[in-house]
Amino acid sequence: MSEIVLFKHLIDPEVRNIENYIKLGGYEGLKKAFTMQPDDIIEEVKRSNLRGRGGAGFPTGLKWSFMPKGEGQKYFVCNADEGEPGTFKDRYIMSENPHQLIEGMVIGGYAMGATVGYIYIRGEFEFVAKILQKAIDEAYEKGFLGKNILNSGFDFDLYVHLGAGAYVCGEETGLINSLEGKPGQPRLKPPFPAQYGVFGKPTTVNNVETIACVPDIIKKGADWFLSIGPEKNNGTKIYAVSGHVNNPGVFELPMGTPLREIIYEHAGGIVGGKKLKAVIPGGSSAPVLGPEHLDIPMDFDSLKKVGSMLGSGAIIVMSEDTCMVEAFTRLAKFYAHESCGQCTPCREGTAWLYKILKRIEDREGKKGDIDLILDICGKIMGRTICPLGDAAVMCIKPAVERFRDEFEYHIEHKKCMVENKIPIF
Amino acid sequence: MALRFDENDVKKLEEIRAKYPNNQACTLPFLHYAQDKFGYVSMDVIKLVAQTLNLPVAHVLSVATFYTMYNKKPVGKYHLQVCTNISCSLLGARRLVDKLQELLGIKPGETTEDGMFTLTEVECLGSCGTAPVIQVNDKYFENLDEKKVEELIESLRKGELDV
Ligand SMILES: Cc1cc2nc3c(=O)[nH]c(=O)nc-3n(C[C@H](O)[C@H](O)[C@H](O)COP(=O)(O)O)c2cc1C
Ligand code: SF4
Ligand code: FES
Repeated sequence: MSEIVLFKHLIDPEVRNIENYIKLGGYEGLKKAFTMQPDDIIEEVKRSNLRGRGGAGFPTGLKWSFMPKGEGQKYFVCNADEGEPGTFKDRYIMSENPHQLIEGMVIGGYAMGATVGYIYIRGEFEFVAKILQKAIDEAYEKGFLGKNILNSGFDFDLYVHLGAGAYVCGEETGLINSLEGKPGQPRLKPPFPAQYGVFGKPTTVNNVETIACVPDIIKKGADWFLSIGPEKNNGTKIYAVSGHVNNPGVFELPMGTPLREIIYEHAGGIVGGKKLKAVIPGGSSAPVLGPEHLDIPMDFDSLKKVGSMLGSGAIIVMSEDTCMVEAFTRLAKFYAHESCGQCTPCREGTAWLYKILKRIEDREGKKGDIDLILDICGKIMGRTICPLGDAAVMCIKPAVERFRDEFEYHIEHKKCMVENKIPIF
Repeated sequence: MALRFDENDVKKLEEIRAKYPNNQACTLPFLHYAQDKFGYVSMDVIKLVAQTLNLPVAHVLSVATFYTMYNKKPVGKYHLQVCTNISCSLLGARRLVDKLQELLGIKPGETTEDGMFTLTEVECLGSCGTAPVIQVNDKYFENLDEKKVEELIESLRKGELDV
């Protein structure tokens, strides 16, 4: 049995209540943090090898160390936008074990000298935001938030901020603009948020799962975290499995658990005993893999080695009954819809990709369309303000390359290669 | 008659204002609040929010139009938002949309004549493990199939569900 850290509600279903959270050792990490110097906390997080769970896997301790020292308003922002298709892990931390996140926010705030925190949560999750707000109110009552927390002399206020439906607001600078009350269009970097973030002040943005790892790292020490998972990819990870599996859901497992074990043991295997055709290992932006990749350990470095990425750890499973043309045309539609429109390569490119794919899907594809798609992908990649353009390419390009025969079949035969396919459009 | 916020609204809006260092940051929460109160974000609502926050109307308009959750035209009593992104589609979201069109006699983007239902197709709702999913107003309905959708519409018609 692997360790349960983020999903403490599996041990006590009522852990969202602060009393029960405390009974399970909650807020002890915070108490211990106050016996340490802020820099020592950052050091401990660095030593733990905690890497961001929001997509890029950037080392959290290092990110925290970029925050300027000394006086002046600083902000700690939690990214709870959860907009990447396939991803549904953060909502369960927030709705079932909200204090784990709150505790992590206070520890992070103390370590970085930030006295105000915002949890930016997607607008559709209003029901989650209400649970979170109740937990925040409890934490204020018990003195874990507010002025002079636990007589430490440290003040920290925490607010929930609802988004309003825009995937691009999950990108950290888009999120910052959105939090400032503007359209959520990403900013050019540099300056980085640690220099010039929300309201023009130094800001750190971290994912929910990342922040929720912190209390136990401080409480039990970095060595405990290092004892889980492969080197440089430590800790537990929430894998969110969806699509054609018998038992979809979220599973907290050691980082590096093989894809095969996650899909066939935890998620119950493929629906109807069918064959696996394709699997997206880290949210829709992660390059698609095939059955030959089932023994890959699901961690940042191993997935990178096979040309994909862990991303948010969201695994989308497609059985042999899925038409790849339909599936990836649908995803192309998503990126075209969500492009914020600032950069020509992204705005025009994603729309064009969708248009070509849709015509292939509609049996009106032309000879040369596939090369055109690959050409457009090359013209988007690396030429945009934010990584949304790249994300679209990383989704579409490997799919077209890997399943090229299916796309060609559509164009040549004006019909689908897959019999009994599951209709997506 | 011009729209206005009453005393109770002003109190609630002041509570929101206290969370932020400036007025502009209140644009999203004030628009959410106004949409809850007035049903949708009309040009008058945009003007009211701008005036309340002492911000240019053009600014509030740019925000209201950027985000999909602000309804620029009236929606039905029940706003049915069907996720048709990948995980939901793999498990039959298309069939749900077809079923709803048949049950309600409207296409996505439309509202029934009696003002009861609006049907919208949306992107991933962050609930892919319980796909397919429909959001009705603020509530998620998960693990749906055509039969459950039929029952859902039935209960909504009878006013049996609190959403
Ligand atoms: C288009 C786009 C959408 C993103 N959406 C999310 C999101 O929903 N949640 C999230 O935590 N990170 C998201 N990210 C990644 C963030 O930009 C950022 O890297 C992350 O929040 C940092 O947190 P971490 O260091 O804890 O991983 C997104 C990035 C891009 C480019
Ligand atoms: S890459 Fe796309 S989403 Fe990102 S800033 Fe440019 S246009 Fe906007
Ligand atoms: S794909 Fe429908 S909720 Fe994610």
